[in-house]
Amino acid sequence: MTTAERDPGLQPERTRLAWRRTTLACTVVALLAVRQALHGGTAPAGALAVALSLLAWLGFLCVAHRRVTGMGAARPVPLSPRHALTAAACTVALAVFAAATLF
Amino acid sequence: MSDFVRGLRLWFAPERIREEGDTPDYRFSLANERTFLAWIRTALALIGGGFAVDQFLPGLAWGVRAGLALGLLAAGVLCALRAVDHWVRCERAMRRGEDLPASRFPALISLVVAVVAVAMVVVVLFGWEGR
Repeated sequence: MTTAERDPGLQPERTRLAWRRTTLACTVVALLAVRQALHGGTAPAGALAVALSLLAWLGFLCVAHRRVTGMGAARPVPLSPRHALTAAACTVALAVFAAATLF
Repeated sequence: MSDFVRGLRLWFAPERIREEGDTPDYRFSLANERTFLAWIRTALALIGGGFAVDQFLPGLAWGVRAGLALGLLAAGVLCALRAVDHWVRCERAMRRGEDLPASRFPALISLVVAVVAVAMVVVVLFGWEGR
């Protein structure tokens, strides 16, 4: 990062922190999902549920990590739609999993 | 409606965004990204609420619990999908130099949250502890 043309509004830093906050929120939801799966009886279904929620969490973590490292550039490239979709898809996957374990 | 379909196609053919208009100042794109993340966090919070209703209110009748949880989860899913949609539309509007899209969604989501909150109050007051 070159200090010469650093943005005085600290936009990359703020965006990086926003990704961190969102990752934290995602972690909490993933932990709730694992807790749910561990409480719900049968072994194979429970293991599958834990694996799926961890997968969704990992997907989110991957995107977040890429963006966080990308923010180090002097002029960060804008978020790509594929990353946006992946983040949203992981969120939706956790919700679908929660709905599935209700029944 | 055709505008909606075109927007939907943009989700899956992302490189098309880059084809129109000029690239905006990167700071505007980052601000748009932060708005997107704020909506994703809202979605995650709603989904977490759905999990919490299911896990931490075992005393409720199953129907009431499932209804509340499903309401929160559906709101969360809607929020996440809408986050992507709004982000794509804002990005496109910035590239074309148009006004940013106006949206009814914040009003909708606040209504849903209010209804769920009132339902929770009613449930707690009248204690529907069926088994």
